[in-house]
Amino acid sequence: MPRIVKDWLADHVELPADLTAERLAEALVKVGLEEEEIHPAAVTGPLVVGRVLEQVPEPQKNGKTINWCQVDVGPHNEDGKPAADGGTPRGIVCGAHNFGVGDLVVVSLPGTTLPGGFEIAARRTYGHVSDGMICSPAELGLGGDAGGIIVLPRDMGFAEEDLTPGQDAIALLGLGEEVLEINVTPDRGYAFSYRGVAREYAHSTGAKFTDRGALTGAEPAATPDGFDVRLEDGKPIDGRVGCDRFVTRIVRGIDPAAPSPEWMRSRLENSGMRSISLAVDVTNYVMLDLGQPLHAYDLARVAAPLVVRRSAPGETLTTLDDVERTLHAEDLLITDSPDGSAGSRVLGLAGVMGGESTEVSSVTTDVLVEAAHFDPTTVARTARRHKIPSEAAKRFERGVDPLLPAVAAQRVVELLVEHGGGTADPAVGDVGEPVATATRGPIMLKATEPTRLSGVEYTPEQVRSTLEDVGCVVTEARSDASRPESGPVETFAVTPPSWRPDLSEPADLVEEVVRIQGYDQIPSVLPKAPGGRGLTEEQRTRRSVARALAEAGFVEVLSYPFVGASDYDALGLPADDARRRSVRLANPLAEDRPYMRTNLLVTLLETVRRNVSRGLSDLAVFETGLVTRPAPDAPTAPALPGGTRPSDAELEALAAATPDQPRRIAGVLTGRRVTAGWWGKGRAADWADAVDAARLVARRAGVEVTVAADPTHLPWHPGRCAKLEATDAAGRTRLIGHAGELHPKVVDALGLPARACAFEVSLTDLVTVASGEPVAASPVSAFPAAKEDLAFVVDAALPAATLREAIVSGGGDLLEDVSLFDIFTGEQIGEGRKSLAYAVRLRAADRTLSADEVRAAREAIVAAAERIGAVLRA
Amino acid sequence: MSTPDVQAAVDPLDEAALDAAVEQALAAISKAADLDELKAVRTTHTGDRSTLALANRAIGALPGPDKARAGKLIGPRRGRVNKAVAARQAELEAERDERVLVEESVDVTLPTARTASGARHPIELIQERVADFFTGLGWEIADGPELESEWFNFDALNFGPDHPARQMQDTFYVGGTETAGDASTAAAPGTSSNLVLRTHTSPVQAHSLLERGVPLYVACPGKVFRTDALDQTHTPVFHQVEGLAVDRGLTMANLVGTLDAFARAMFGPEARTRLRPSFFPFTEPSAEMDLWFPQKKGGAGWIEWGGCGMVNPNVLRSAGVDPEEYSGFAFGMGIERTLMLRHGIADMHDIVEGDVRFSTQFGTEI
Repeated sequence: MPRIVKDWLADHVELPADLTAERLAEALVKVGLEEEEIHPAAVTGPLVVGRVLEQVPEPQKNGKTINWCQVDVGPHNEDGKPAADGGTPRGIVCGAHNFGVGDLVVVSLPGTTLPGGFEIAARRTYGHVSDGMICSPAELGLGGDAGGIIVLPRDMGFAEEDLTPGQDAIALLGLGEEVLEINVTPDRGYAFSYRGVAREYAHSTGAKFTDRGALTGAEPAATPDGFDVRLEDGKPIDGRVGCDRFVTRIVRGIDPAAPSPEWMRSRLENSGMRSISLAVDVTNYVMLDLGQPLHAYDLARVAAPLVVRRSAPGETLTTLDDVERTLHAEDLLITDSPDGSAGSRVLGLAGVMGGESTEVSSVTTDVLVEAAHFDPTTVARTARRHKIPSEAAKRFERGVDPLLPAVAAQRVVELLVEHGGGTADPAVGDVGEPVATATRGPIMLKATEPTRLSGVEYTPEQVRSTLEDVGCVVTEARSDASRPESGPVETFAVTPPSWRPDLSEPADLVEEVVRIQGYDQIPSVLPKAPGGRGLTEEQRTRRSVARALAEAGFVEVLSYPFVGASDYDALGLPADDARRRSVRLANPLAEDRPYMRTNLLVTLLETVRRNVSRGLSDLAVFETGLVTRPAPDAPTAPALPGGTRPSDAELEALAAATPDQPRRIAGVLTGRRVTAGWWGKGRAADWADAVDAARLVARRAGVEVTVAADPTHLPWHPGRCAKLEATDAAGRTRLIGHAGELHPKVVDALGLPARACAFEVSLTDLVTVASGEPVAASPVSAFPAAKEDLAFVVDAALPAATLREAIVSGGGDLLEDVSLFDIFTGEQIGEGRKSLAYAVRLRAADRTLSADEVRAAREAIVAAAERIGAVLRA
Repeated sequence: MSTPDVQAAVDPLDEAALDAAVEQALAAISKAADLDELKAVRTTHTGDRSTLALANRAIGALPGPDKARAGKLIGPRRGRVNKAVAARQAELEAERDERVLVEESVDVTLPTARTASGARHPIELIQERVADFFTGLGWEIADGPELESEWFNFDALNFGPDHPARQMQDTFYVGGTETAGDASTAAAPGTSSNLVLRTHTSPVQAHSLLERGVPLYVACPGKVFRTDALDQTHTPVFHQVEGLAVDRGLTMANLVGTLDAFARAMFGPEARTRLRPSFFPFTEPSAEMDLWFPQKKGGAGWIEWGGCGMVNPNVLRSAGVDPEEYSGFAFGMGIERTLMLRHGIADMHDIVEGDVRFSTQFGTEI
């Protein structure tokens, strides 16, 4: 994101002399350019100009020769006096040799902090105390990796007479500035330039802005002998050609050794860009300044004509970053024509990155400058495809002012002529016609629209002047045609400026008016909603169930829904288990967990493991969440455009392609359910706790479930797994979930405490099954109850639920309650038999039961039990 | 015990002897130290063979006039003795009861929790609190799928296929359906499912507009996904709450009013918000929303809380709503961020790792 150097910004807009980076950030954020970071000054402390007075080479044992130097740093000398006034210079050890006595250098004295946080202190080395350091460009963050220190007049172009030993070198080299980096949103491509940021600063503060990107008239028109460029896009994307304008300029006779001027290098470095060579620096400089990406070719290495075209099959390009790239048919290319074969050689990816073959080099004297306008979509796709987020691509994909190329090219030419000693060639190329500007008509904006959407009263004059500040051309249409000059303004016809391709409908213009007038002017008015229906049954059930489990001692946790095949292996799921049919992510975070969970336990158990590994072994946890259950052979979702309502059939197709995502609730118990304490040893959690929790969930959802053994449902223990079923409104039995003890092998595979128990229930199914009807209350009888205890001997395999059902049916209307209070097996009962003892409570709604009635009811219960093979125990 | 089993017979008319028997009885009663002693005293002094009982029995043998006199002498005296017994009985019983209670006392500071306490996860609790705030305003709470079609996640919200904003978010794309662990069932590489894990709760906007129509006031809390690695402040699976109101005449002022009320509900009466211009494809005008946060590290200040704006006309059109007639506002904020700010949680790991010790701090209400 762009960094804003203040003195550079001041080229475009008036700034207060004492403007800090923080204050600049405050001004810009008001209009929507957010602060990303304030970069601290690169160098702090005593960095000064020094003159080398003595230089004594001292060969060392390691074969190196160091220089023991005496350096005059003026008032910074040890005794505070310049050498000219008899002061004593500082002794400094220097390993470089590209300087001599009398040279003016940059000295970092003890107390200086250099880029990277490198702190300078006096230190003993090579038998001397070195009282500071003579600096190289790299050490100051000025780029360049050649060894050797800076000699200011020789390397930086300073005049000797402007330099004095002891002078502050931070200001001299522009190293002391805090630099604001801003964040530019995708709609504001023009703010990727000093020109754009300056305009926004002017909007925020009212400061005077000068548009240096506007056509000045100094830009020469195309000439017939301009460099031959052909725009041959055979495959426009969505009807938009990849390149709609291509300006070329030529500068000849540049001194290849000419350095970039110090101010330009400093501005580039402070803007976060390395200085490379004059030609490259100038194109970068003008890009940052105006927002127009540019490219400089070594004219000698380019064979006319340049052809801008889409890639052909099999083409490759080695880009400037030394990567050989296989090109895609949609990539827009800049090509040239060696040996007269038009467009046969690929020079670069248009608007993204150039190639090595025609790069300007240390011997380039004649430069061909490209300033073009490329289609945002084409550039965005290419940049994404090849993962090149270049400075040029960042700008083109957000939209670049199509009127800029000629202005920007002219600036490049001027700078190359001025600093490189070159000559501008009279030949000027300019092909194409910017599509964006040619086809955009005005936007019709009702004068009241900004007020309608913002709630702030704006006068038509405010609306108009604000839009004009933004750069729009605004004309008025009045309601009263008979008085076209004086009636109330009804509508504005607004033509956005060339640099604002994002402004395309009234709402966009409203944003401009409201943000520039200030979001802080918007009042705070709570709207009155018409009144809703409260939470849905499902939402209420979710809360009720979760609260019930929490009150029952379960702790709610959350887990990520990503799983791998090995997780299902650990649960022992067979290869053809329906729960293995999963949605796979194309780009999972972890390659071994590419699937969306199809049940909750699989991820909840992972959370349990983590808790256990942290020494928490008595656990009761639960989680509520969605699982993804893709249907076999589900259709593919159609790709549909935005901005229009899809047809009902299309919406149905979207719904059909979106996998079923039922909401589940699952819980796991390990260790003790009742803790050990002064009351005793406590009690280990068992299968019944899990079943009870599942029943609790169903009860809170208002659903009556039946429980039956399910010996085949992994990951549960085959002999300790219950399935829960309920009957829906249509009378169909639905599986609601499972509960019980986990299979010992699963417990083992997951490293869980022995006898871990679990349940998983479908909340979606529970809500579907629940009637949602209010409970129909039964009256409470105040007549006395009769209590009977009955013990039956049954086959050991008979489910208690079956006997209970028999008792309930036998007891009929008089039966108020039945509870199992004892299970007994033993010799008296017989092999393969068990005794189940029930306490039965009988009561009538309208009378006290007579002894005969109680006896009859008891006999009916016994008879019903006998019908299923139970024998009343004497 | 000095009291003889059988007392000497006394003349029923011998007042002095009767008084002596009464005195003897009363002395014995008051001396009885416990209920057992009292029981013996009662037998001795009020039983069949007690002096007074024997005297009473002897009345029958007296001549007529003496009968009445003796009756008047003995009756009240027996009554005094019986009353004294009853009083002493009550006294001793009360003493005993009190002693039993003292003996039964326990150490009430012993630990009492035989089952560990349960708790809700604060991310769920705060979403419920958010839902309660909005239902209180008369809004409804909408849910939507977490695995979405790209149309709902992007296109309906004005993110075109090449919109740079579509790249701003790090999206989990769905490859296809297969059997976990069986590569032969995988979709052919390069096929597009046009499905994603939703990157924001905003697709619920489009669902709600299409399914419920206008006017519409809904809040949508829920889980969202982005391809960020887990660190102190990021998690690939997190939660947002989205608000959407579409009606005739809604303005940014209504947006500000709703946000201010919501901020106060979450952070107390001092809370307030401010808007900064920003960009989102589905709103125009768009804004970043800052929250005034007195507890900010390094001093009170503004911190980012979410994004918002007026619903982009293209979003309304995508749902078949006429943007000339209706206007609306939308906003969204991170639930984790809200929770971290509200409760001083420094590290995202605590929220996502599922350590029961984290949830347990919050109980069942926050």
